[in-house]
Amino acid sequence: MECAVEARNARIGLVLFFVYLLLYGGFVFINAYSPTTMESTPFAGVNLAILYGFGLIIAAFLMALLYGFLCRERGDEKQSEEGQP
Amino acid sequence: MTAVIIFFLFVAVTLGLSFYLGSKAKSSQGYFAAHGQIPWFVNGVAFAGDYLSAASFLGICGMIAFYGYDGFLYSIGYLAGWIVALFVVAEPMKRLGKFTFADALDARFQSRGIKLAAGISTLAVSVFYLIPQMVGAGALIKPLFGFEHWVGVVLVGSVVIVIVVTAGMVSTTWVQFLKGSLLVVFSGILTVLILLRGFETRSGGIDGYEFKTLTVADANTLTDELAAREGIEAVEQLTPENPNLQIAFVRTRTKDAATVWSYDVDATENVVLREAQDAAQPLHPIGTISKLPEGQSKAGSLGLLSFFSTLQKSEVVLWRNQKVFNPDGTETRIYYQKPTPGSEVLRPGEHPVFAGIRSDEPINKLNFLSLMLALFCGTASLPHILIRYYTVKDAAAARKSTIVGIASIGFFYVLTLYLGLGAMTSGAIDVSNDNMAAPLLAKSINAWLFAIISAIAFTTVLGTVSGLILASAGAVTHDLLTSVFRVDMNDHSKVRVAKLASVVVGGIAVVLGIIFEKMNVSYLVGWAFSVAASANLPALVMLLFWKGTTRQGIIAAVVVGMVSSLGWILLSGDTYGKVYGLDPADAMVPFSQPGIVTIPLGFLTLVLVSLLTQPKSS
Repeated sequence: MECAVEARNARIGLVLFFVYLLLYGGFVFINAYSPTTMESTPFAGVNLAILYGFGLIIAAFLMALLYGFLCRERGDEKQSEEGQP
Repeated sequence: MTAVIIFFLFVAVTLGLSFYLGSKAKSSQGYFAAHGQIPWFVNGVAFAGDYLSAASFLGICGMIAFYGYDGFLYSIGYLAGWIVALFVVAEPMKRLGKFTFADALDARFQSRGIKLAAGISTLAVSVFYLIPQMVGAGALIKPLFGFEHWVGVVLVGSVVIVIVVTAGMVSTTWVQFLKGSLLVVFSGILTVLILLRGFETRSGGIDGYEFKTLTVADANTLTDELAAREGIEAVEQLTPENPNLQIAFVRTRTKDAATVWSYDVDATENVVLREAQDAAQPLHPIGTISKLPEGQSKAGSLGLLSFFSTLQKSEVVLWRNQKVFNPDGTETRIYYQKPTPGSEVLRPGEHPVFAGIRSDEPINKLNFLSLMLALFCGTASLPHILIRYYTVKDAAAARKSTIVGIASIGFFYVLTLYLGLGAMTSGAIDVSNDNMAAPLLAKSINAWLFAIISAIAFTTVLGTVSGLILASAGAVTHDLLTSVFRVDMNDHSKVRVAKLASVVVGGIAVVLGIIFEKMNVSYLVGWAFSVAASANLPALVMLLFWKGTTRQGIIAAVVVGMVSSLGWILLSGDTYGKVYGLDPADAMVPFSQPGIVTIPLGFLTLVLVSLLTQPKSS
C-alpha cells in the first residue's frame, strides 16, 4: 500500500516536472534563438521577457501547490500534520 | 552610528539564538540532522534561508543594477531548479538517507567507493559555493564599517566557525528560518518604498556630485577646442586597452584637478564628452535616469507593472569600465557613462555572460543554454539543500516544506527585479563593485533600513556558510572517515571531528573569498551549480528511476561529472580572463559554462558503466 502511494506521488511529480520543463525550455529557447521576440511588449507596456519570467515563477508556485494538493488527496502519511520540534 | 548599533543588535540576537539552541543538540543525530524533528513550515522557510544566499540577494540585485534584465535570468533559473527538487528528488531522498547526500546514494549498495566519491563531490561543491558567500560578506562589511574586503571575509569566517563549532543543525535551521523570513519581509518593504519613490531624472548620485557633459563641434580638433576652454591647462589622449571600443577617452587638467572624459559622436555629428571616473581617485556614487517618458523630470509613485512600462520608455545611465593607457605608458581603470534606452535595459543579452544570445555564432548561444541547464539541474544536487530533507520527520513533511520553500523563494525572486532596477536608479551605487548594490539601495532610502538590510544580508551569509560548512563537515566525518576509512568513532568524537573539519573548511573558504573579491557572486554560484548538477544529479536521478543502476555506475558518474565540470571551468575563457589574467581567447574549451556537456556526460557514463557491470545473475 505504502509503495502504491509512493509510486503514484512519483508519477504525479514526473508529469508536473515535464510540464514545467516545457515552459522553462520554451523560455530558454526563445531567449537563445529569438531574443527580439522577448523585447515585444504584449501587455501593459511590459515586455515579454519580464512577463514570461514572472509567469515561470508564478507557475512554479501554482504547480507546487497543485502537487501538494494531489499528493494529500492520496491520504498518505497523516502523522506528519504539524510536526512539533 | 545608528546603523552600526542596529547591525550589531541584529547579529547578536541571531548568534544568541544560535548558541541557545545549539546547546540543546549533543548527539551526532542532533548535530547533523536536528533529530529529524524540525516542523515542516519552519524547515520550508529555512530552505529559503539556506537558498537565498549572498548570491541571490547581493549578486542578482547587483547584476540587475549594472546590466538590467540579465540578472533576473539567474532568479528564474534558480527557482526552476526547485521544480526538479520537489517533483523528482524530495520524497525519495527523504526515504533513502539518514545524514548526508552520500547516505542516500549509498542506501542500496553499502559501498565504500560511493561514499568516497559522493563525500569528495560534496566537499568540492560546498567549497565552490562557499567562495561567493565569502566574497559577498566582504562586500557587505565595506560600506557599513569602511573595512577592507578581506577584513569582512575574515570576520564572517570567524563568526561562522564559532557558530558551527558551538551549534549544529538545530540552531542553523532556526537561524535560517529567522533570516529567511526577515529577508523576504524586508525585501517586500524595500520594493514598496521603491515603487512609492518612483523615478526622477538626475545627473549625479546621492552625494550631490553632478557629472558634467560637454559638447564639441569637431572630433578632429577636440584637443584644441578643449584646451581653449576656460581653466583647462592641458589635454591628454588616453588609449583604451580594447582597440575595438566605440568610445574614446581624454583627460583634462585644470590648476587644481584632473578630470577624465569619455566621448563619442552623437546623431547630430557633435562630439559629446561625458565625465568619467578614474579608479585611482575617490569615486562618486552612480545610478541615474537621464530621460523619462514625454520629457518628464519625475514619475511619482508607480504600480507593479507601470514601474517597468515607465522604465521601458526612459533612458538610464549605466556605467562600464575600461583599462586605459596614459601618455606616459602607465595604466588606469576608467569608469565611464553609457546612456542606455530602457527597452535595452529590460531585455536579455546585455551582460557579457548572456551576450551570446545576440550573436550569430551558434557556439555563443550554447554558453547561455548551458548555464540555464545547470541552474535548472543544480538546485536538486546541492548538498546543503539536500541535507535539509533530513531535518524533517517524513517524506510528506519534506514535500510540504519544499512547497513553503518555493513560495518564499519565488516571492523573493519576483522582488529581485524591482530591487535591482531600484538600485540601478537609486543614485547610491558603488561603481567599482556590483555586489554592494542591494544594501546601497537601502542606504538611498534611509540609514535604518540600510542597517537592517545589511544585517539581514550578513546573517544570510552567516547562515548559508554555516549550512555549507556543516554539509562539508558531515561529508568528512560521516562519509569519508567513518564509512570509507572505517575510523571507529563514538558519537562524541564524531561531533568533535566534524567541528575540527568545520574549522579547516572555514579557513579554506576565507582564503578563497579574499582571492575572488572582484567577481560577481551570482556568476560564481553559477559554477557551483554546474559542478553540483554534473557530479550529483545523474547519480541521484538514475538511482531513483533506473533499476539497472550499479555501484560502479554511480561511482563513475560522480567522478566523471565532478572532474569534467571542474576541469572545464578551470580551462574556460572566463577563468583565463578573470582569474589567471590571461587572454580568454586562448582558453582550451569553446565556451565557459560546462553544464550542457558535463551533465549529459555524467548520465552517459552512468548508463554505460552500469550496463558493463550488471550483476551476473541477471
